[in-house]
Amino acid sequence: MSGGWVACRPAMSDSAAIAIEFVNVHYRTNGNRELISGLNLAIHRGETLMLLGRSGSGKTTTLKLINRLLSATEGEVRVDGRVTTEWDAIRLRRHIGYAIQEAGLFPHYSVEENVALIPRLEGWEPARIRSRVQEVLHLVGLPFDQFALRYPDQLSGGQRQRVGLARALAADPQILLMDEPFGALDPITRAELQQEFLELKQTLSKTVVFVTHDVAEALMLGDRIALIDSGRLIGVFAPTEFLRSTNPAVQPYVNAFRAGRQILEPGG
Amino acid sequence: MPLFAFFAVDKRQMLTLTLEHLGLVGISMLIVVATGVPLGILLSRRPGWKGVVLGSTNVIQTVPSLALFGLLLPVPWLGARADRLAIFALSLYALLPVVRNTYVGITGVDPPVREAAVGMGLTQWQLLWHVELPLASHVILAGIRTATVITVGVATIAAAIGAGGLGEFIFRGLAMVDNRVILAGAVPAAVMALSADLLLGLLQRTLVRGQH
Repeated sequence: MSGGWVACRPAMSDSAAIAIEFVNVHYRTNGNRELISGLNLAIHRGETLMLLGRSGSGKTTTLKLINRLLSATEGEVRVDGRVTTEWDAIRLRRHIGYAIQEAGLFPHYSVEENVALIPRLEGWEPARIRSRVQEVLHLVGLPFDQFALRYPDQLSGGQRQRVGLARALAADPQILLMDEPFGALDPITRAELQQEFLELKQTLSKTVVFVTHDVAEALMLGDRIALIDSGRLIGVFAPTEFLRSTNPAVQPYVNAFRAGRQILEPGG
Repeated sequence: MPLFAFFAVDKRQMLTLTLEHLGLVGISMLIVVATGVPLGILLSRRPGWKGVVLGSTNVIQTVPSLALFGLLLPVPWLGARADRLAIFALSLYALLPVVRNTYVGITGVDPPVREAAVGMGLTQWQLLWHVELPLASHVILAGIRTATVITVGVATIAAAIGAGGLGEFIFRGLAMVDNRVILAGAVPAAVMALSADLLLGLLQRTLVRGQH
């Protein structure tokens, strides 16, 4: 991906190049616990930004602020230049694809019906829906003829995630939010899906915001990595920068990543 | 006919009372479903009201049925007609299982499923219609099934306030100290309860299978 996108703060203020922007965003729960503090972050059109952090650091909260599953208590979140509170929430969410860890497939719908739901609610022609479903299932590596009529509990975990991704892509949104989509998969399936995600990313050129707690995954899939700790943004790094960073907050992640490698390749 | 000879009642009267009974139960259940399901949906949206609504429907159930009929008797418009009063009391009685099961069924939908639906941009109505109600349907139906069986039984008490139904035979049999007459009311009522249970059970199983 373009090397010009690695800066922590956006060098260009051209709003057309920015898909999502957080401006001094705070989020507090009803109990007044601050989950996000003073977040400033610009996500560029077409990039894959990894939100990396420990459990409870506020990654998922950040993601949900984008499609207004949560609303900022202070500050502004902008999607395509418009503050999310100015968007109609339903239009905003249909404008953005959403894939989550457990996939959240509708168990009473077949694979085809799951993927077709949003296009159907958007009033697409049946023929167009069908060809779109075939197209996205093909994209995620599930042959339509073999999978369209199956139900979620007739699928493996990896297949369910693929359907979840296909469903998120169905209405062809330019922005895709993914909340630890591969988190619950076995290592082999995860590696497979990560590899396919990398290929998919090249063909689709969507703006992707991807939540993960896995450093290796962040380094492998991201164009940039936003490190979040206790609700604060530590920094945004290109993968190579991340590994070279002397920032004390980054060190534990890099060490964890290196330790994992060293066990496999002693001395390397 | 030997069967009717055994029950020591008139065949035509038995048919009439059975139909009356069926009418009381049928109309009450229509009211119960028409109010209980929306009430359960409302509770799932306003969980703060849960205590009040489930609590009061629960209290109604603890009032002995005969007392409930008696207590409602002086209420102006209601007390004017026995069948009106009976249907009202029966509906109150059967409300709890339907409200509770609707609430439980909807709130029991797997959280990631609901989160995905909302995150994808379903409106509240679409969430209800496309996701929550289909997934809750067999739990809701289980509530309706329980309510129906209760209503068939309680409706026999309605005869005490002159609303008719199979309870007439039971009360008459009690007064005449004739078990055969009591059975003329009790047996058809039991058959009705069992068949309602069976039919709704079948429907429930079809729904579960329909879910996939």
